[in-house]
This record gives sequence, C-alpha cells and structure tokens, in this order.
Amino acid sequence: MSRSRNWEPLLAGLAALMVALALLMVFLYAPRERTMGDVQRIFYFHVSAAWVGFFAFFVTMLASIAYLIRRERRWDVLALSSAEVGTLFITMVLITGSLWARPVWNTWWTWEPRLTISAIQWLIYLAYFMLRGAMEEPGRRARFAAVYGIIAFITVPLSFMAIRWWRTIHPDILNPNAPGAQGGFSITPRMLHTLLFSIATFTVLYLVLLRARIRLEKMSDRVAYLRQRLLIR
Amino acid sequence: MNFLRSLLAILTKDVITELRTREMLSSMLVFALLTVLIFSFALDLRAATAQQTAPGVLWVTVAFAGSLGLSRSMAQEEQNRCFDGMLLAPMDRSTIYLGKAIGNFFFITLVEAVVLPVFAVLFNLPVFRAGVLLTLLLGTAGYAGVGTLFATMAVNTRAREVMLPILLLPAAVPVLMAAVRATGGFLEALPIADVAYWLRLLVVYDVIIVTVSTMLFDFVVEE
Repeated sequence: MSRSRNWEPLLAGLAALMVALALLMVFLYAPRERTMGDVQRIFYFHVSAAWVGFFAFFVTMLASIAYLIRRERRWDVLALSSAEVGTLFITMVLITGSLWARPVWNTWWTWEPRLTISAIQWLIYLAYFMLRGAMEEPGRRARFAAVYGIIAFITVPLSFMAIRWWRTIHPDILNPNAPGAQGGFSITPRMLHTLLFSIATFTVLYLVLLRARIRLEKMSDRVAYLRQRLLIR
Repeated sequence: MNFLRSLLAILTKDVITELRTREMLSSMLVFALLTVLIFSFALDLRAATAQQTAPGVLWVTVAFAGSLGLSRSMAQEEQNRCFDGMLLAPMDRSTIYLGKAIGNFFFITLVEAVVLPVFAVLFNLPVFRAGVLLTLLLGTAGYAGVGTLFATMAVNTRAREVMLPILLLPAAVPVLMAAVRATGGFLEALPIADVAYWLRLLVVYDVIIVTVSTMLFDFVVEE
C-alpha cells in the first residue's frame, strides 16, 4: 500500500500532462477534415473512450474469472472498479457519438453498429450494478457478479457481429474502412498520430481512475471493519 | 448413464409438477397470446407490412413470455426449499443446470407451438416452414440456456423476479437479433445462403452459452 502511494500521484500527473498534450494535438496538430470540418475532431476522444470502455469490460471479465478461481476480495474489487470506470467511458462514447452524429448524419442517434454496441454494453453494465445492488451478503454478491461479468462479456462480440450483419446481408467485416461505412473518411498520418496518442492518454487516465476507485473500495472495507470492531466492544 | 438418468429424473419431476399445477405453462400461454393480440392492434398489421414486422413481434412475444416462465420455474424450486433438496441429491451440479434448462426449453417450445397457429391466423403468414421452426428451436435453446442460469441468480437476489429481464435481455441481444433476421428471411423465402449467417450465429451462441453456463452454474448454487 505504501509503495503504491508513491507512484499514484506520479501516474495522475502523467495523465494530466497527457490530457493537456492530447487536447493540443487534437486542436492544433491534427488537420481539419475536409467534408466534416472541425466537428470531426471529436473523433479522437470518441474512439479512445470506446477503446477504454471495451478494455475496462475485458478487465472486469478477467478479474471475475480470477475471483472465481482464487476467491480473494481484491479480484472482486478490481472487477467492480473496472466496471464503474468503464461505464464512465462508455457514457462518454454515447454522448460524444450523439454530438458528432448530429451535424454529420443530421440526427442525434443512428443505429450504426459501433454506436449500438456501446449502448448495449452500457445496458449490460447497468444490469451488472443492479445485480450487485440487489444482494447484501458479500460472498454471494461477488460470485453472482463474477458469473454475470463473464457471460455478459462473452455476448458482446456476438452482439457486435449481429449488429454488423443487420443492415447488409453480405458484410465487409474484415475491412472496417470500406467506403460504404457511414461517415467514413480517409485518415492522414497526423490524424493517426493524434488518435494513437489520445488512446494512450485515455488508457493512462483509465489506470488513474481505476487505482483511485480501488483505493476507495478498500477504504470503505476498512471503515466497515472498524465499525464492526467498535460495535463488538 | 448415471448422468442421463439424473437428467431424466429432473425433467420428469418438472413435467409432473407442471401437469399438476399448470402454473408456468398457463401464465406463459395467456401472456403470450395477449402480447400477440396487443401487437396486432398496436401495429395495425396489414398484409403489406406484416411480413416485415411479424418476426419481431414473434420474438418479442417469445422473449417476454419466456422470461416470465423462466422466473416461475426457478421460483417454484425455492418454495419449500426444493432446490436445496436437489442440491443434496448425489449428482453433478451441471446435471441440475442441464435438466432445468432442457425443461425450460421444452415448456417455452410448447408455448410457441400454441402461439404459432394463432400467429399464422392473425397475421396471415406461412409460418409453418421448416426453416422458421428450426430458427424457433435454435433461438429458444440459447434463450432458455442463458435464462436458466440468470433465473437461478435472480431468485436469490432481493429483487427476485424483477431482476431476470434486466439481466437477461441485454445478454440475449445476439439471439434475438439473429432469430428475428432468420425468421424474416425464411418468411420471405430468401435463398438459404442469405439466412445461413444468422443460423450459424444462433448455433455459435447456443454452443458457447450452454457450455459456459454449465461450467459457471456450480459457482451460482454453491453454499
């Protein structure tokens, strides 16, 4: 615990620096997209948030498996924390997606595959939290949540395939840059740099938030433990 | 052999209970018929539009009625602590899961068998095609498979029956989408190659979900 305190502010500082840099890159370094204009700049954070949202869910699944094998509280804490931080990023995906869709596709919402899967993922996260909230006994809560975390995550790629195929019968799965994709644009090297840096930034940001959330959960465990001891006395 | 005998025992138990109480089937049936009826008013289905909307109506009906039956089937086990009795029986836990899942699959299929003729009459559609029936079986298998696991969890939470649809529906998105598309394809008599994607997705989902659920059921019922 004491060692983690040393690198935690460091990581937070790094995240702050990277966010500032990423913002500069998005607005100054990346070129203006020809047809969509400045609105397209939302793309960098939108995609990064989506990546982190998906990654966070993946961490939740791994932590859930680890919990079922090891039965250690820390894996349950990791699963819960990652899910909560992931929800934050998925919410961001939905909001930035709407903001981007409005001027470009002339609608707040469209059943575009990647947007749809984010919405479904968001609902799965909600179900995960409701399930946790509906049980008091910690052991059972952790077990059920782990089972749901695993199964729900497995269904996400399947949902994604289904959504992709929904519009066209002969899908072009292997080539996501197919010209048929709605709102597609060709990416320039500078755009790619900005995107990759944004993804790195968001990943570091995810780690900072995850770490903070884990510490919060540990503190609340500690408070519960102390309260118990006081009551026994 | 022992596995099959235990499986059969659980199935027989469920069927006998159902024959005596008729709790699960009757509630599912009435609910399903009401849903179809309400949809036919709400959407004002004419021949021209029926073909496009009917698959969706059919699967929403199956999903809602199914989730009703699934929670009923597990809630019954909780009464008089029947489930604890089953856990004490000398058999593998995964057998209990498979037995319950097959039972649920069977009951939901029975409801579909009654709803389908009504559906055919109300919507004037040729639903009795081999492809549609196959889709119904595949879709119901996946839905009952994941639903049985989640229903076991849901009855052990404070929210009980309310919890099941919240857990089940987002995880059942692939089944419902694939089943709706496959049903629609068969109704329009599209060539099999155009529907094959969806059938394959259904099979993949069924296999993955039933395998993983069988493995994870142990963790849900331990204690």
